[in-house]
Order: sequence, then C-alpha cells, then structure tokens
Amino acid sequence: MKDQIETIETKTRKKIRTTGADAVMRSLIHEGVEIIFGYPGGAIMPVYDALMDHSDKIKHILTRHEQGAIHAAQGYARVTGKVGVVMATSGPGATNLITGIADAMVDSTPIVCITGQVTAPLLGTDAFQETDVIGISMPVTKWNYLITKPEEIPEIFAQAFFIARSGRPGPVLIDIAKNAQFGEFDFEYRKCVKIRSYVPKPVVKPEKVRQAAELINKAKKPYILFGQGVILGNAEDEFRAFVEKSGIPAAWTILGACALPKKHPLNMGMLGMHGNYATNIKTNECDLLIAVGMRFDDRVTGDLKRYAPQAKVIHLEIDRAEINKNVKADVAVLGDVKESLPMLTKLIEKRDHSAWIKEFKEAEKIEYEKVIKNDLYPRKEGLTMGEVIRILNEKTHGDVIVVTDVGQHQMITSRYFEFRNKRSFVTSGGLGTMGFGLPAAHGAKIGAPDKEVVLIVGDGGLQMTIQELGTINQTQAAIKIILMNNKDLGMVRQWQEMFFEKRYSETYLLNPDFIKVAEGFGIKGKKVLHRPELDTAIQEMLDYKGPYFLEVNIEKEDNVLPMVPAGASVSEVVLEHKK
Amino acid sequence: MSLDNRKNGERRQNYTISAFSENHIGLLNRITIIFTRRHVNIESLTVSASAIKGIHKFTIVVNDTREKVDKVVRQIEKLVEVLKAYYHTDDEVIYQEIALYKIPTKALIEGDDLEKTIRKHNARILEVRPEYTVIEKTGYKEDYMALFEELRKYGVLQFTSSGRVAVTRSSKELLATYLKEAGELTAEYENN
Ligand SMILES: Cc1ncc(C[n+]2csc(CCOP(=O)(O)OP(=O)(O)O)c2C)c(N)n1
Repeated sequence: MKDQIETIETKTRKKIRTTGADAVMRSLIHEGVEIIFGYPGGAIMPVYDALMDHSDKIKHILTRHEQGAIHAAQGYARVTGKVGVVMATSGPGATNLITGIADAMVDSTPIVCITGQVTAPLLGTDAFQETDVIGISMPVTKWNYLITKPEEIPEIFAQAFFIARSGRPGPVLIDIAKNAQFGEFDFEYRKCVKIRSYVPKPVVKPEKVRQAAELINKAKKPYILFGQGVILGNAEDEFRAFVEKSGIPAAWTILGACALPKKHPLNMGMLGMHGNYATNIKTNECDLLIAVGMRFDDRVTGDLKRYAPQAKVIHLEIDRAEINKNVKADVAVLGDVKESLPMLTKLIEKRDHSAWIKEFKEAEKIEYEKVIKNDLYPRKEGLTMGEVIRILNEKTHGDVIVVTDVGQHQMITSRYFEFRNKRSFVTSGGLGTMGFGLPAAHGAKIGAPDKEVVLIVGDGGLQMTIQELGTINQTQAAIKIILMNNKDLGMVRQWQEMFFEKRYSETYLLNPDFIKVAEGFGIKGKKVLHRPELDTAIQEMLDYKGPYFLEVNIEKEDNVLPMVPAGASVSEVVLEHKK
Repeated sequence: MSLDNRKNGERRQNYTISAFSENHIGLLNRITIIFTRRHVNIESLTVSASAIKGIHKFTIVVNDTREKVDKVVRQIEKLVEVLKAYYHTDDEVIYQEIALYKIPTKALIEGDDLEKTIRKHNARILEVRPEYTVIEKTGYKEDYMALFEELRKYGVLQFTSSGRVAVTRSSKELLATYLKEAGELTAEYENN
C-alpha cells in the first residue's frame, strides 16, 4: 500500500536540533510565508519569542484585535492568491478568530491559523485560557489539528498549507500545546504534495466537456454565470477567451466581480438580490445557463423553485459537493476551470449573439432610467453613494483594489465600480461580515503595496473593527478609506422601510466625530458635506501619500435598487419602491 | 432546473452510508456535524475496522430521501481524511444488528416455554448466572424487537441493541477497487 501522505524534500536537508516554537517559524519560511498577522498571549509566547530570531525573513503585523488579524490575512490572501497566516493565543485569542474563519470558509479563502494551547497534560482540565478550539472551529475549517508533540510540527504544517491552498481553498487551524512549543527535536522539512484521502481537483472528463460544448453550440439564448471559482483558479484569461469565442452574455456573482472587466462588452452585470435588472430577469428567459465556478447561493437564485425552470444547466465546478446542491445540472464538468475552460473553448463554435444581447441592453436601459441615473447623477440635494463611486471611477479608471465592508455601500460599490484588474475586489460575500472591511483593506495593501487600495465602508461596520486604525497607523499602510456615513445601519433600515412598514427598530446610530477619531489614531482625515467639495476631496485623498480617511455625508433615506426581495423569484426583481 | 426534495414528495427510506477513512481523532465529530447541521437524524452509527489495513469504516444508517442522503454523502467525502463514502438502500446490502437481553434466570428454570422461545427465534444464551441470564439475538430490527416483545412477560432486566453493520452485495470492498484505480491516479474521480 502506498503512503498515506507523500512529501518532497526541501533544499535544507540537514536535520537541525531545535525547539517546537522555532520549528514553527522554520516551517512557515519553508512554505514561503513572508507575513503573519497576529496577537500574542501566554500560550503562544514561545512562538513569538522564536519569531524574533527570524524577523529578517518573516514580518509580523500586530493588530488591535484577533478579528482584525484574520480579516487582514483574508484581504492579503484574496489579492495575492497566497495563504494568509494568522497567529493568536489560546482561549479568547482563538475564539476571536472564529468569525473570520467562518468567513474564509464560506468564501473559500486560503488561511492558516496558528493558535497556542495549554500544555498537553492540562488539556481538558479547564486550565487558564483553555478552550476547545479544535471543537469550536471544526464546522468552519477545511481541516484542523491539535499538536501535542514537537515532532509533529513540520509534518502538520506541510499538510496544513497543502490543504489550505489546494483544490477549493479554505481555512485550516493548527492548535499547538505549549509543551510542543518548548520541546526539542530534530527538525527537517518536507513539503506535502499529496494526501491519499484528499482529492483537491477532480480530473476533467473530456466526455463531459464534449457534452457541454454540444449544449452550448445548440443553444439559442445561452447565458454565462461566473463566480469566484474563476479567480481562485487563476483562470481569468481562460475565462475571457471562452466568453469571447462563445459570444455569450455573462453575469457575475459578487465574488466573481473582477474576473472579467466591468466594461467588457459581454459583461452584463451583477446577479442576485441587489444585482442588475437585466441579469436577473434574463435568467428566467435563457435556454441554457453555463455556471462557471459559482455555487448558486440563495442570494443569487432567489426562490429556487422558480429559478430558471426553462433552462438547461451546465455547471463547471471544482467541488463535487456543489453539483446538484441547489440547482440540478444537466451536464456537470467537474474540475479546475483553469483546465476545463480551455478544453471547452476549443470545442465551441465562434458565435455572435447580438440579438440576444440586445435584449439585455434594452432591459438595462429601463434600469438606467429608473435607478442608475439617479444613483450616479442625483438631482436631489443629498449626496448618494453612487456618485461617490462614479467619481472614483472617473479618477481611477478602475485601476485600484477596492475593498468593502457589508451593507448598502457594498452593493452600490459592486454595482457601480468599474473593476478592471484581476484580484481587484475584496468583500465578504457568503457570510456578509460587518467589520471585515477595514482590516481586510489593510491586509490587501500589505499584500499589494504597489497598488492603490480604497476601502468603502459604512458607519456601522467601521465601528465594529475601528480599532484597526491603530494598526494602520503603526504600519503606515497607505490605504484610502471612504466612509459612507448615513448615520444608519443602512441596509437593515432599507429592509425595515420596504418590508417592516417603516418600523425603524434599532437602526439609528449616534456616531462619534469620525475625523477626530481618525486623527486621534494619527490618520489624516477630511469630511465632505456637500456635492461641490466631493470631487476635489477624492482627488486629495488619492494624491495623499499615507493612509487617509475621507468621510462623506450620505443622504439617509437612500435605498439600493433593484432588489429581488427575499423569497421572490429572480424575475420579480423590483426597480422602485413607492415611499 | 430547480431542486426541492420535499416538493417532489420523494420517498424516505433507510440508507446505509459507508464512509472509509484514515484513522484520525476528531473525524467522528466532523462527520456527525454534517448530519446535525442539515437536520438529518442518525439512526445508528458504528465505527469499525475495514477489510483494508489501516482503514476505518463508519457505518451510518439514516432514514431520509435519496437526494438528501446523496448531498450528505458528498459532504462526508469532502472531508480531508475521508477516502470515499457510499450509500445503499436496504436491498443493496447485507446487514445485521445484534441485541442482548438480560432476564431473570428464574424464568428459565420455571417451565420450558422460555427455552422454546429462544429456539424459535434462533437466539442463543450467552451466560447463565444464579440471578440472570443473558440472551443474544442477531438479525434485523423487526426480529430482535419481536423477541423482545415475547420476553417481556419474563421481565427484561436489561436490553440493548447495536448499530448496523453491513457489507455490500458486490464481491469486493468498493473502496479496494477505488484505491486500486487511484493508486496511480488519485485524482481520477468518479464523475457524479
Ligand atoms: C457582524 C454583523 N452583524 C450584523 C449584520 C447585519 N447587517 C447587514 S448590513 C447591516 C447594516 C450595515 O450598516 P452600515 O455599516 O452603516 O452600512 P450601510 O448599509 O449603511 O452602507 C447590518 C446590521 C451583519 N451583516 N454582520
């Protein structure tokens, strides 16, 4: 029988006598880790001590809260495609990571979390700061492991990185008992290349590709839906080639946003609850849906019973458990889209679907008149989130990395920002985690220091992780923060207005003076109250060399439309709400 | 096309799920979480060795629709330590459960009808002590519950039954075939 785990030798073949804590650092270096986001404490102190001996190779960013550390690692991972690494102590340190781990799990972000644990003999005794982190994190990790002996460290780290980054990526947690950090052993590192029980990528079956191509070549009104799978597979180019040869209109889930440039002539816009009008209604008019690296989330499909009943479905997907989970596939092409898309492109006929695309464009005109125009060029006095994004487009031409928090500003940003580059959008999709934005933007800037990183955040979400302004001041990472301040939990207020008879239960926020807060953290800030100041203020922000905080006073009663109300069908997307 | 198993009124029935794994602590927990999260009740669960050295087998019985079971099995198979998972209806497997009954020995001595009952049910006596006797019965649930009903009148002091153990009707362990094929090519995966 073959070995359960296959490894390969790394450059340094000599064994080194060292401690577990030092082995942790050496293992990270072997995995190419350059940055750790973390927060120290009793149970992880030996590792923090060892960190000092390797500071030439690994940098550590001390956040102000462990949640800040994991969201930063997520932002870093999303823009770089590398594994984000997080370190925290036992008990409260580890439990503070859970929200971010859950977020990374549902959004398939490669993360390795390293947490300290009480010394092995004390496990299960309710020792000081002991929590069952393995138990707590089990449902929200791709894999986790409790290390109780130093000898386990290299092998488990090698597996952790392999699992986190391969196949459908995800978060992995390694809990290390303190005795394993202190203990000495002979360190040697071998990279993990295979685990017998784990199949990261199914091999693409040419037969399935052929069946898919047949359906595509026969279709009259085919429609491509794409998601983050394209980005995770580094398959933006392959995807674009497929779209262009097929001539098929394409629409994206929120996490797929930057997989195809917004202005590409075949990009029809965003799907789902706060997506575009045409993209939603055409779902129920097409004759073939080609889903590429997306998972038919309920925010995308609305009522499943009335979701594209007329259409045949092709599903290109790496994760077998996603096939037929929500929407039944007539042809499922399992595998990495990086491999399956070129195979498919080869077999499809070059087509022009301009009559069908014209139908999209006509629906788009309706949306433009009813919604977009008023969002982007408002005639009322109050400022809208849409016009802020419009000016940002005009000034950056989409050539920045955009990070958002969660709420109305997130949907407005997705709808209107003109994404141009690969990996240029970071947002919390599946979990919708408020407080994600600020730390994630910081992590994104650390991962892409040469890119301009702009955070769009609401006043509610900002205050969930506002302490990270302190971290940003310490690193001086030059992120540009635009606070869309509507003095409300905007998205919840919108639901109350539309579906709860305007009963505004607990959505008003009495906010601090944010500019003073930013300045208190050492970050330059400016507040915009009126339209004439907006343009120059955004320019000033972009021109500024360091981190910058721009607060924009947004009209309170703005709603994000169109909307597929919860439980409605995609064809019931509404364009207006009578006040 | 949309999927909704309740609407289709799809039939619920017993399924025996067999999941094969590398031995790892905590895996049982990871597996059961998959069921609890989806509100699927586990009727019985047995962890045992398999015919292949070093590989463990989880035998889980659930009563649900094929569609739901199919989804659960895919999630189980997705777990890093799980090699492969299968599910079968009752006619696709040969299965047994075992039941133990403890009754007062007095009942055995006073009259011969208890002995007849034991014979009739193909049960056997495991141990006789002055105070109690332990009877064992292997079979399907209906069988050992029928015996239980009959033993009632003697006063059953203790009763317990095991989870299901099952083998498939195919000649070899399905996993063995899988591993053999995967030996060269782990990524070769049976498409849905
Ligand atoms: C941690 C967390 N708590 C609660 C929610 C529910 N929620 C979704 S959007 C929203 C309002 C967000 O308000 P704000 O940050 O001001 O952004 P806006 O919608 O006004 O743009 C809330 C409370 C959430 N998504 N995450």
